Amino acid sequence: MKKKVLTVDDSRTIRNMLLVTLNNAGFETYQAEDGVEGLEVLEEANPDVIVTDINMPRLDGFGFIEGVRRNDKYRAVPILVLTTESDAEKKNRARQAGATGWIVKPFDPTKLIDAIERVTA
Amino acid sequence: MDMNEIKEIFFQECEEQLAELESGLLKLNDGDRDPETVNAVFRAVHSIKGGAGAFGLDDLVAFAHVFETTLDCVRSNKLEPGPEVLKVMLKSADVLADLTNAARDGGSVDQARSKQLIRELEALANGEIPVAAETPVAKPAAQPAAAAAPAPVNEEGFQPVGFSFDDFETAVDEGEVLMVIPTYEVIFKPKSELFAKGNDATLLLRDLSKLGEMSIYCNTDELPPLEELNPERAYLSWKIQVKTDKGEEGIRTVFEFAEWDCDLDVTDVTNAGAPADEDMPMQPIPFDLALLDDNDDHDRPIGVVEEEEHIASDQQAAVAAAATAAKVVEMAGQAARQPAEQRAAPAAAAAANNAANAQSAAGTPTIRVDLDRVDRLINLVGELVINQAMLSQSVVENDTNGTSSINMGLEELQQLTREIQDSVMAIRAQPVKPVFQRMSRIVREVADMVGKSIRLVTEGENTEVDKTVIDKLAEPLTHMIRNAVDHGIETPEKRVANGKNPEGTVKLTAKHRSGRIVIELADDGAGINRERVRQKAIDNDLIAADANLSDEEIDNLIFMPGFSTADKISDISGRGVGMDVVKRSIQALGGRISISSRPGNGSTFTMSLPLTLAVLDGMVVTVAGQTLVVPLTAIVETLQPEPSAIHSFGSNQRLISIRNSFCPLVDVGRILNFRYQQANPVDGVALLVESEGGGQRALMVDAIQGQRQVVIKSLEANYTHVPGIAAATILGDGRVALILDVDAIVAASRGQPLRSDSSLAAAG
Repeated sequence: MKKKVLTVDDSRTIRNMLLVTLNNAGFETYQAEDGVEGLEVLEEANPDVIVTDINMPRLDGFGFIEGVRRNDKYRAVPILVLTTESDAEKKNRARQAGATGWIVKPFDPTKLIDAIERVTA
Repeated sequence: MDMNEIKEIFFQECEEQLAELESGLLKLNDGDRDPETVNAVFRAVHSIKGGAGAFGLDDLVAFAHVFETTLDCVRSNKLEPGPEVLKVMLKSADVLADLTNAARDGGSVDQARSKQLIRELEALANGEIPVAAETPVAKPAAQPAAAAAPAPVNEEGFQPVGFSFDDFETAVDEGEVLMVIPTYEVIFKPKSELFAKGNDATLLLRDLSKLGEMSIYCNTDELPPLEELNPERAYLSWKIQVKTDKGEEGIRTVFEFAEWDCDLDVTDVTNAGAPADEDMPMQPIPFDLALLDDNDDHDRPIGVVEEEEHIASDQQAAVAAAATAAKVVEMAGQAARQPAEQRAAPAAAAAANNAANAQSAAGTPTIRVDLDRVDRLINLVGELVINQAMLSQSVVENDTNGTSSINMGLEELQQLTREIQDSVMAIRAQPVKPVFQRMSRIVREVADMVGKSIRLVTEGENTEVDKTVIDKLAEPLTHMIRNAVDHGIETPEKRVANGKNPEGTVKLTAKHRSGRIVIELADDGAGINRERVRQKAIDNDLIAADANLSDEEIDNLIFMPGFSTADKISDISGRGVGMDVVKRSIQALGGRISISSRPGNGSTFTMSLPLTLAVLDGMVVTVAGQTLVVPLTAIVETLQPEPSAIHSFGSNQRLISIRNSFCPLVDVGRILNFRYQQANPVDGVALLVESEGGGQRALMVDAIQGQRQVVIKSLEANYTHVPGIAAATILGDGRVALILDVDAIVAASRGQPLRSDSSLAAAG
């Protein structure tokens, strides 16, 4: 059974990188372009782990994480924050919203897969 | 999809983000204070930085980082985006665009300029509001370099630590030989929040076990009786002894995601002897992490897993590459891309499934389609149009009474074909917005250089036109904008002296008018200095000293080759490249350009361009037994000349009198050398055409066959260039007909040789 990853990012570049990296690593990948869409496809994707950006239009990463955690079915799904924001304040906010961990950009395939492996069984 | 393709996508995305950035900044400049506008601007820079980081484009990251920091100040209301602030930001957007281009195409950027802007941006972020006058920023040169470094400033010590099992394993080997591996005691007590955030104590312990030899004890003291147990609370705590050379840092890295939601205590107990069990009564538990794992991947040696993944990933890469061939080309991207390699259909189909998954998740109402596919479709529709015309013709020829149901069906087919054609053309249609946006930068830069204050106003930027037209529009437009700013608009002092607003305005408008796109460029400058233009034309032997020219004719002199009014050649408007080049490029698009000038009040250039370069409405005519097509847009009217209206003068020149004015008659058959004797005008039809600047001409043809839409086929691509002929087409009867280059014919009639310029040569 392939592990399913839902990625939420508004940058097409990053979405493509995530897709390639995750597919190559043997994950089944679902993608959304912002928080609103992320919540919409949550049910369909039924992910084992979620990777999300913070800065997004419509609904940002914080809002998205809170939305996921409010959903009984997904409140324990690991959520990794993929962001260039490295300052502690942002991390703290992501954590308060319910993020499991983070991956600091620049995007690095090894780092991403490592982090996903770390939070998934 | 490989990294290069993603990089391509990144640059396409950059272009969109840069456009977004610029339009956002311009909105702010107009007083828009909508937080969403500020957010969009921030996100644009943020996105560019994110992607650039992934590709190791350090210059771009560094600049974007500083820019982003300053924008963040605006976002958090620490910095008011006043005019001076926005000026810096708009310039920064330009530099960001330069850096992006340099990263894509190679080449370098103006380092001094970007350094200067980095300083200015930092000054803004530090709360120093610039004054209009340039003040040297009192910062040492070393400062910007430091701040420009992409490494984030990290106040609270969250420095991600690189972690590699390979390093670790080698280190262990060496460590065993060289030194005693330290032992650490880790007390780990999860809080309930740890689980609420999707972390899992088991996984943390598993990761910890990868650091080295480990023994683990579980404290179950707090575990309540089963009936009181809340499955979502944390009751257990752990004491772990781990032998590792990764140090305390390495251990804490494992708990990086969890450390706020647990009590964690790490002590070096290498020299402390046996663990003091009595400190914290521990119940040893059997430790077999393999049992805790759902799948056994993690128990395998890392190297093996990796090898298998390589095999898998090769297959996946092939599928992904096929998927790329099948989808996603940014329509707004610059040049048409190299056609992706055609791959086996089954692979593409499988890939399409993958893509469909990703796409359905994305679920946007737009799709991205390979430009080649659209072009193929357009070509096919072109063939369909021809085929339908041929079918109609043969039915008409064989169906004498013309009442059969076939005829009615054909009419419907014709209508449908036309509709399909229009719809297909609409796929290629794009708003002119990106080109217009690029112009605002040109205005800014040129105005800066010549010390003028100029505002660019754009209107109708959502007007759509074929992408090929848009692509070819940028260059002539740039040239004209530069001219308008450099020569058209006066200096602020002069403007004030003339009672004008010191700030000049350049207005760029696009609109649809009768099946064409009309682009107007108006400035409120001094207008054409007709005296000077006239003098210059006389000096350059372009006109006779005593030529009697109307104002309009004088204005249009600026389009003549080699004409330049600027007394000194400036860097800005180019060297010797005049409006004639602009005119030629507009003509090459099948367009027309004209100027109207109001002395003291500015000039307006009007360009009229076809919406597409693929089809053309033409009048099919017969000349000396040949079938020709005259672009309908060039024809003002058609008339049957009366013998009394024809007047001869000179050796073999003839004029036709139309409503009391005279117009030169041009025998098309003679000009194209179809015949050696001039035809008798009374036997033929005169097509009154308008040519740029040169007034009207009457083109003599033998007969008019009718009007029809024709698909343009490039003569140059299929044969070779023919002077006076713009392109070719295939008619309903399957025969090739040549499309007339009206301007070249008119020019030839003036005695100029047929030049090798053709208005439709560029089309497919």
